[in-house]
Amino acid sequence: MQRSLYISPDKCTGCLQCEMACSFEHEGNFNPAKSRIKVFTFHTEGRFVPYTCTQCDEAWCKSACPTEAITLDAATGAKMVNDGLCVGCKVCTIACPFGTINYNTTTGKVMKCDLCGGDPACAKACPTQAITYIDAEGTGYDKMRTWASRTDTQTAAQA
Amino acid sequence: MQYVVIGAGPAGVTAAETIRKQDPSGEVILIGDEPEPAYSRMAIPYYLADKIPEQGTYLRHDPKHLDSLGVRQLKQRVTRVDSAARQLQLAGGGALGFDRLLLATGSDPVKPPIDGLDQPGVHHCWTLEDARNIVKYAQPGSHVVLMGAGFIGCIIMEALAERGVDLTVVEMGDRMVPRMMDQESGNLIKQWCIDKGVTVHTSTRVTGVKANASGAARITLSCDPVGTLEADLVVVAAGVKPAVDYLRDSGIELAQGVVVNEYMESSVPGIYAAGDTCEGIDWGSDGQHAVHAIQPVAAETGRIAALNMCGEVTPYPGSMAMNVLDTLGLVSVSYGQWMGVPGGDEVHRLDSDEYRYIKLQFNGDRLIGAITLGRTEHVGVLRGLIQSRTRLGKWKQHLMEDPTRIMEAYLGATQLTQG
Repeated sequence: MQRSLYISPDKCTGCLQCEMACSFEHEGNFNPAKSRIKVFTFHTEGRFVPYTCTQCDEAWCKSACPTEAITLDAATGAKMVNDGLCVGCKVCTIACPFGTINYNTTTGKVMKCDLCGGDPACAKACPTQAITYIDAEGTGYDKMRTWASRTDTQTAAQA
Repeated sequence: MQYVVIGAGPAGVTAAETIRKQDPSGEVILIGDEPEPAYSRMAIPYYLADKIPEQGTYLRHDPKHLDSLGVRQLKQRVTRVDSAARQLQLAGGGALGFDRLLLATGSDPVKPPIDGLDQPGVHHCWTLEDARNIVKYAQPGSHVVLMGAGFIGCIIMEALAERGVDLTVVEMGDRMVPRMMDQESGNLIKQWCIDKGVTVHTSTRVTGVKANASGAARITLSCDPVGTLEADLVVVAAGVKPAVDYLRDSGIELAQGVVVNEYMESSVPGIYAAGDTCEGIDWGSDGQHAVHAIQPVAAETGRIAALNMCGEVTPYPGSMAMNVLDTLGLVSVSYGQWMGVPGGDEVHRLDSDEYRYIKLQFNGDRLIGAITLGRTEHVGVLRGLIQSRTRLGKWKQHLMEDPTRIMEAYLGATQLTQG
C-alpha cells in the first residue's frame, strides 16, 4: 500500500520542527529556507498551514522537464529530482500549479519533497501529528487532490 | 494503423510515447531532420555554459528508449504533405503514407531582413549544431554581439557571459524581454545586466553586418543610433516562428502556425499539430487562438494530440503564456495576461535596489496574470490561481494592499475553509 503525507492544519502549532527536520535530512544543516515543507502563518486567524508536494498523479513538474531529470519512484510514488540531470532551467517551477517545486539558488537545481525514500523526516519530527504518513487510500486528505482536479489543464484522462 | 509524427522535440517524443501506450500494436514513426538523438533546445544554454555535456540535452537518456517502445525513427526532412493522398514527401526522395499525422516541427529562428547575416561568424542559437559553432568562437575575451534581448537572447546571455566573452546586446525594443516583461521589470533586467558588465543597447537597430577587413575583430555591425560595433561572433536571437513552410500547399489551415481545435486537430481530419507548430486555443481569452512556443505547452499538447489521434477523445482547454527566465542570476517569471484587461485591477510593488518586483492583474476577484522578478519560492501557485479561476474573495483586497502575500492568499483561498 502506498502511503502519503497527510497534513492536518488544525493540529499545527507552528513550531517549525518539520522545516528543521527536512532541512537537516536533505541539506545536512538546520536551514528552514532550504526546507521542502513550509509552514505558513495566518496571524489574524491564528492558524498555521504546513504545505508541501502531494506527489500528484498529474506530475506537471515531471512532464514539463526538458531533460528527464524528474522521475517517479515506483516504491513511494514520489516524483524525484535527479540533480545530475537537472540543468536548473526552472520550467517545472512555473508548470507546477501548487508551487511545491522550487529553485535552489545555492545548488542551481530545483528541489522538492521526495518523501525521504518512504520515511519522511517531517512526519517523524511533528510533535502534534499535524503531519502524518499514512495509507493513501481512505483518508480525508483528498482536499488537495480535489484542488488538483480543479486546476487540471491536462484534463482528467491520463495516458 | 500507421501513426506518423514529424518532429523529434518534446512535443513529438511525448506524442510518440503516448501513442505507443494507447495503441500497443500500431505502427509509430517519428521523423526528425537533425542528426542527433532527440534533444531539448531548452537545455542548450547549459551546454553553452559548459554545465552539461551534449548528452545532457537529450530528452530521454536511455539511447534505446524509443527503439524499445517500437517507435521507428527516421532522420529525414519532410518537404511536403499531401493531405488528400495521405502521404508525405521526404527530402531523400521517398514518400511515406500515414493514417494519423502529427505536425510537431517546432519553430524556426527568425532571420531579420539585414544584409550580411549569411557570413561566417554569424549564428543563430537554436540547434545543437548552432551551439557547437558558438562554443567554437565564444572564447574568453572575444567580442560577442547578441542581436535580440528576447527570451532566447536573455537565456543564452548567461551562458555567453560565463564563457568569459566581452558581451554587447542590441535590442530593438525599449526594454529587455519586451514580450514577457513590462516596462518596470524589463528595465530592471537591463540595469541588472549592465551592473554585471554586459553592454546593453535598447531601442537600437542593427542596420548592416559586414566582414571587417582591417581590424582585429572579424565583423563590423552598423547600428542605429549607436554607430559601429566590432565582433568576433554575432549571435542572432531575433525570435522564432512556427516551422510550417512545408505545409504551404497542403490545404491545412495556417495562421501563424497550424490552426487546431480543442482536440489539437487541424482543418484536415486525421492531421494534428502540437508544440510550437500549433496555433491552439489561447486559455482564458474567449476562444482566441495563439502560438505558445514554450516547453510545458509542447509536452502537454503532444500528449493531448496523441490521445485524440488514438481515439481517446480528450479536449484541451487551451494553453496559457508562461515563462521563466534567468538573466545572469536574476530570475523573472510571467504568466497569462500580465498586461491586464480593460476594467480589471492591477497592483505592483517595486524594490529596484533589491531587484525585486511583483505585479498582479485581476479580473473581478480572480487572478489573470502576473509578473515576478527576483522570486523563486512557490511561483507555481500563480499558475494554479489563474488556471483554477479561484475566487480570491477577501484575499484580493489583501493582495491589492500587499501583492507579495501571494502564498497566503493561495492557501487562504484554497485550503482554509474560513478564507
